[in-house]
Parts: sequence; structure tokens; C-alpha cells
Amino acid sequence: MFKIVKKRDLADVSKLMEVEAPLVARKAQPGQFIILRIHENGERIPLTIADSDKEKGTITIIFQEVGKTTKELGALEEGDSLRDFVGPLGQAMELPTSGRVIAVGGGVGIAPIYPKVKAFHQAGMEVISIIGARTADLLILEDEMRAVSKELHICTDDGTKGHHGFVSDILQGMLDDKSQKIDEIIAVGPLPMMRVVANQTKPYGIKTVVSLNPIMVDGTGMCGCCRVSVGGETKFTCVDGPVFDAHQVDFEELTRRGQMYLPEEKEALDKYKEECGCGGGNSEIG
Amino acid sequence: MKLDKDQIRQLRRMKEKHPMPEQAPEERIKNYNEVPFGYDAETAIKEANRCLQCKDAKCVEGCPVEVDIPAFIKLVAEGKFDEGIKKLKEKNSLPAVCGRVCPQESQCEALCLRGKKAEPVAIGRLERFLADYELAKGVETPPKPASTGKRVAIVGAGPAGLTAAGDLAKMGHEVVLFEAFHATGGVLRYGIPEFRLPKEKVLQREVDYIASLGVEIKTNVVIGKTLTVDELFEEEGFQAVFIGTGAGLPQFLNIPGENLNGVFSANEFLTRANLMKAYLFPEYDTPIKLGKKVAVVGAGNVAMDSARTSLRLGAEEVHIVYRRSDKEMPARAEEIEHAKEEGVVFNLLTNPVRIIGDENGWVTGMECIKMELGEPDDSGRARPIPIEGSEFVFDVDTIVIAIGQNPNPLIPQTTSGLKIGRWGTIEADEEGATSRPGVFAGGDIVTGAATVILAMGAGKVAARAMDKYLKAL
Ligand SMILES: Cc1cc2nc3c(=O)[nH]c(=O)nc-3n(C[C@H](O)[C@H](O)[C@H](O)COP(=O)(O)OP(=O)(O)OC[C@H]3O[C@@H](n4cnc5c(N)ncnc54)[C@H](O)[C@@H]3O)c2cc1C
Ligand code: SF4
Ligand code: FES
Repeated sequence: MFKIVKKRDLADVSKLMEVEAPLVARKAQPGQFIILRIHENGERIPLTIADSDKEKGTITIIFQEVGKTTKELGALEEGDSLRDFVGPLGQAMELPTSGRVIAVGGGVGIAPIYPKVKAFHQAGMEVISIIGARTADLLILEDEMRAVSKELHICTDDGTKGHHGFVSDILQGMLDDKSQKIDEIIAVGPLPMMRVVANQTKPYGIKTVVSLNPIMVDGTGMCGCCRVSVGGETKFTCVDGPVFDAHQVDFEELTRRGQMYLPEEKEALDKYKEECGCGGGNSEIG
Repeated sequence: MKLDKDQIRQLRRMKEKHPMPEQAPEERIKNYNEVPFGYDAETAIKEANRCLQCKDAKCVEGCPVEVDIPAFIKLVAEGKFDEGIKKLKEKNSLPAVCGRVCPQESQCEALCLRGKKAEPVAIGRLERFLADYELAKGVETPPKPASTGKRVAIVGAGPAGLTAAGDLAKMGHEVVLFEAFHATGGVLRYGIPEFRLPKEKVLQREVDYIASLGVEIKTNVVIGKTLTVDELFEEEGFQAVFIGTGAGLPQFLNIPGENLNGVFSANEFLTRANLMKAYLFPEYDTPIKLGKKVAVVGAGNVAMDSARTSLRLGAEEVHIVYRRSDKEMPARAEEIEHAKEEGVVFNLLTNPVRIIGDENGWVTGMECIKMELGEPDDSGRARPIPIEGSEFVFDVDTIVIAIGQNPNPLIPQTTSGLKIGRWGTIEADEEGATSRPGVFAGGDIVTGAATVILAMGAGKVAARAMDKYLKAL
């Protein structure tokens, strides 16, 4: 059993949890993820390692309550325990030690991009961050991101905070600004956002990476459920990724594979809401 | 029950095995319960009396772990079940499992003398009978041996790892078993379905027994990620390590369309269904997506399990697609038989060349080509050759690829000093010793995908060699 030692609400439907998992904490590196299962009947879901503390032996996870499992997770409190928690899985991110990086995090993607930005920052790189969400209430980790970024740009689709528009608008300005060299771009967020960024940066020939979050089962390369085409080759996100060259990823395939279980996800969520009487909330699947 | 001489004489002439009662096909495809019910004591005694008690018993040669078959059968014949199970367990630590899943027809029963003129003795069914008899009665835990003070790590809780762990604990070593998944059993848990190997009634009991011997079981530890083999020695204080991580990497066909929605590896399909209990969705949270018409590519046990699972999940039509003929099908005879009874359609000498999808990326069909058999290839089986111009499109909406598994490269990649074979297997000698002192390996990780009994046997042999190694330290 893995105890939740800390819980914090970040925004309406975003929660942060610190979970006791000393073995995972000892090894965790930026870019990696864990898989957890809440209880005996639960499903295995992957979540990015947002932070880790070797001394305390804890792993921080951040999630948005979008489906049944994340809602159920969000309903747990400090002192409760998770049945299973395994990791660190996936490859650690490659970290250059100098240069200028632009980090683009959208919605659910702000949580997973934060540890990467922090790692770039600690490795001595200059990071310009752009974070965006549908509306101001959904923006998370603003202070944390600011602390590790040289500049932080904020946008909201509805204009309730920062730039009224998309992250790609701000990014475009930077791509066009020839006075500032960009060594690398990292984008994490909903698939449509990552796809837009990939298409946007390709003509500029700037190295762009994305962190993918497909459906997984085992997370160790034994099922192939997480397969994705990268440069025409089939890769398993859980062992070969989750970070890949954005210009090589087949986003179309990834998008439709992600939709494979939409009806079932909805069914599970509806049943959960009925049983816990907690209806409402955001039912969008991220 | 006491049989008189006449009855025994009659039984020794009886041509057929005593049938094992089982669920009717039309009933069983609607549930996940075990198909055969097993022998009762009376039938077991009768079947045991069909055995001729050969002096030079050939059946034993067919058994990969050399169970003294005539001896345990004699004890069954005499109604001495407690002694019988003891005899059986001298060599086989997982009889309730092996009695159910061993390919007896190509092992012990293939060589049985009675099989020359009639059906062989039902060795597998008798094995299962004894094991179930013991499970029903409650398995006794042997007294704890004096501790040797040596620490051993076992990696992987499949049949190889479980067996090695149990044997080493009985020898007095301190044993910790690491498993990547949240549950033990390996293929016995995630691969072989409930209707063939009940999880609570059989598998969990075997695992509980291993734990009762003092083995500490740690799930959710991926060796190579959470901890490495090097760290097990250097930081965790283990003096020897056994690697039994199996062959869990799915092979795909590498044909166009394989990433379409509705195409699964058998590993994914079976893991969702068995380990995650998707057949109980939404009571269990993991779903499984299944259409109406399923094609399973391959004809081994994995393919049969996928096909029969599809039926139970509600598929209307299930097809096996296999590129060779029925003679080459590698599955156990009983599984093929059961699949046929349940209505699985066999499309032999047929090979997929392309998977076709609709505008939303869902599978709508599979283009196949007809094959004919040529000269034997490296594996000794006839090589299938495509018949030009015989392509046709199969209407299916779900495809399960069950054409084999390779060893997972995680441990080979992260362990220093291990010699790796051509197919990613770990090289080990007959005793399970690898190229690195103190590291032993056995089961599918050494042989490539094979059988439960071979994995169990390898765990047993390695345990003995490890004991020797540890004592010499
Ligand atoms: C669907 C299916 C049906 C089968 N049917 C039959 C049958 O009827 N009869 C028969 O004899 N054989 C059958 N087999 C084959 C048989 O199951 C295997 O040969 C046998 O299970 C191999 O045992 P093993 O202990 O070597 O490995 P496995 O059973 O594969 O167990 C390996 C274990 O190691 C764990 N592991 C892997 N990597 C790591 C790591 N890095 N760290 C920690 N743990 C790890 C895995 O999660 C797994 O639990 C079948 C196989 C399948 C897939
Ligand atoms: S070969 Fe057959 S008849 Fe002979 S001892 Fe073995 S099981 Fe009995
Ligand atoms: S999640 Fe199973 S192979 Fe990646």
C-alpha cells in the first residue's frame, strides 16, 4: 500500500498528491512516469512524476479529474492509501546543459511539463515558458512555473487571464523573432495542441519534443497498447518514450487510438457519479 | 473403493481414458468458469488401474521434470492419495497447474505404452485429481528450516520464479520475490484464462503456499527500473539472484494497418481480460473493446485462449487464422478440441497481408493470402508458401495477434555481465547459471516462449544450483 501524505487542490478539478513510494523516489528522473491502481477493482493509469523527494521518499503526482479513476483518486484524502504504485517507468528526458528552451504547456499538460522545465532550469538552460488553459480557473502551477522559468507567458482561450488566445499565438511571435535563438521546444498538452505546435515549428527546423500520454496497461512493454508511429516505425510509448521527436509522431493515429475507449470511459464515469452521488464536474476526457 | 481382479483385468483392457466431465459448450461460452470438472475419487482409481506399471516406464522419459509417473499412479490405484501427492510433488511443485495446462499428449502421454494400441493413461487428469484432492484438504506447510543467513532475490513471479523461490525457502535461505505487475503468477495470471486455470481456487493457493514457506513477495517492482540487478547485489545485500522474467514482449505481424483501432496483441487482449478482469467491466474498471467478428492470428495456446475468451466476451463469430495446416498447430490438443466444440472457425493455410480500416481508423477487414506447404524449415515444420493471386478480404472488426512473444529486454539492457542470446534470451547452462557469477536464470527468458512445466523445472534445477553456490560462498 502506498500512503498519500499530502494533498492540495490546485484548481477546480486539478489536484496534487504526494505519495509515499521510497523505491520510486530514489530513481525518479524528469520525463518518467508511474502507474497506479487505486483499489482491487481499479484500472492501471499512468501519471507523470511531477516531483520527487529522495529524503522523504515521496513522489508528487498532479492530475485533472476527467474520468472515473481520476475522480475517484481526487476523492481520496491524506492518510488514505493506493493499492499499487509502480515506477519510475519510461525513459528519462535528455538534458542539454546550455542553450535556450521554449516550454509550451496546455491544460492538463502543465503538470507534466513542470518537472521538465524544472530539470532544464536546474541543468542551466534558459527556459521561456508558455502556459495556457481554457479559462483562468483551470490554470495551475503558475507560481511553480514562474520560479523555474526566465519568462512566463500565460494565455487563456476566453481571455480571463493573460493573452486572450492560444499558446501557439505566443509561440509564433517567438519563432518570428530572429534576434533570439531557440535551441529546443518542448510541448506537453492535449493532442491537438501538441500537433499544432509540431506543425508550427517544423518549417523552422527547430528540435521539438512532445511527451505522449496514450492508453496504457502494463507500462513495461508487454502489451503494445501504447504503440505510436514515430518516423514510420512502431514504438511503445511506455518503454521507448514518453518523450518523442514531435516532427516524427503520427498525431492522427495517436488521436484516434486515444478515442478507442471513449464510450466505456463515459459509461464508467456515469456509473461512478450515480454511485457516489457527486455528479457534475468536467466530463471531458484528457 | 476396492476393485477385484476381474475389474482390474477389464480396466487394463479398456481402450479409452475415463472421460472427464465438463461444462457443455453452449453453456460454457456464456461464463468464465472452468470447463472440465476433474475426476472424482472413484474414476481416478479406475483410470489409475488402466496403467500397466511398466518396469521400463516410457512415460517418465516424456516428462520434462521426470515425475515418477507409475509410482504416483500406483498410489492412486490403491487409494493412497496422500502418499500419491507426496510422490508427485517430489518433482513437480505446481501439480494443480500442470495437471491442467501441460501438453500431456506430446509429453508423458505421447510415450505411454498403452497409447500404442489405445488411448494412453490419462496421466494429466490423474495429476490434477491428486493436486485438487490436496487443495481441498488444505496443504500443510512444512516446518521452517534453520536459516542459512543467505539472501536470495527472485525476479518474476511466473512458474519459474515461484518454484525457485519455494525451493530456496525450503532450503533455509531468505528469499524475496520481486514482481513487476501488481499480482503474482506471470502468464498463469495474465495469460491463461480463468476457464482453464481458476485464479482463486488454484493459482492463488499455490502462491499462498509459496508465501507460507517464508518467501517475501514484493509486487510493483520492475527490476531494471525500480531497482537493477546490480543494485540487488550492491545495495540490497542479496548474494544470488534468479531471473525468471519470461517472454512477455508481443510480436506483431509488421503489416500495414496494424495500429488501427481494434487490433490487439494477444498480450494486451488477455491481460485486460484476465489480470484486469475486463470481462467484469464496469464492476472492474478496465474495459476491453470487442467487435462482433474476431480474427485471431496464430494457432498456439495463446491464440486458442484469445479465441475462446472472445466468445465469452460476446463475439458472434470467432476465427483462427493460421498460415500452416492443422498438423502444425502448436496448441495443446485439448484446447483445439475445446475451441472447435465452442464454435471457433479454423482458417488454415491462410496468412494476413494487410489490415483495412474505415475513415475513423477502425478495423473493417483483413486481407489474407492462401498458403501451401513446402519443404520443412529450420523449425522442422513445413514452410508455408503464398499462393499467388489467392488474396481475399476477410470481414472482421477485431483482430488479435497471437504469433509469439519475445523476452523483455529490460533486464538484459540494465544488467552488467550477462551474456545475451540471439533472440534476446539470457544464456544459461543446464543448471541455470548465467555468465555472471551469482546470477541464475530459467524459464521463458532462457528458452524463449515454451511451457509451464519447463519453466517450473528450470526453477527447480536452478534452486539446487543456487543452494550449492550459496553454501560455497
Ligand atoms: C496465453 C498463454 C497460454 C499459455 N498456455 C500454456 C499451456 O497451456 N501450457 C503450457 O505449458 N504453457 C502455456 N503457455 C506458456 C507458459 O505460460 C510459459 O512458458 C510460462 O509461464 C513461462 O514461465 P516463466 O516463469 O518463465 O515466465 P512468466 O510466466 O512469463 O512470468 C514472468 C514474470 O516476470 C515478471 N517480470 C517480467 N519482467 C520483470 C522485471 N523486469 N522485473 C520484475 N518482474 C518482471 C512478469 O510480470 C511475470 O509475472 C502459455 C502462454 C501464454 C501467454
Ligand atoms: S507408460 Fe503408460 S502404462 Fe506404462 S507406466 Fe507410464 S502411464 Fe503406466
Ligand atoms: S503500456 Fe503495455 S506496452 Fe506500453
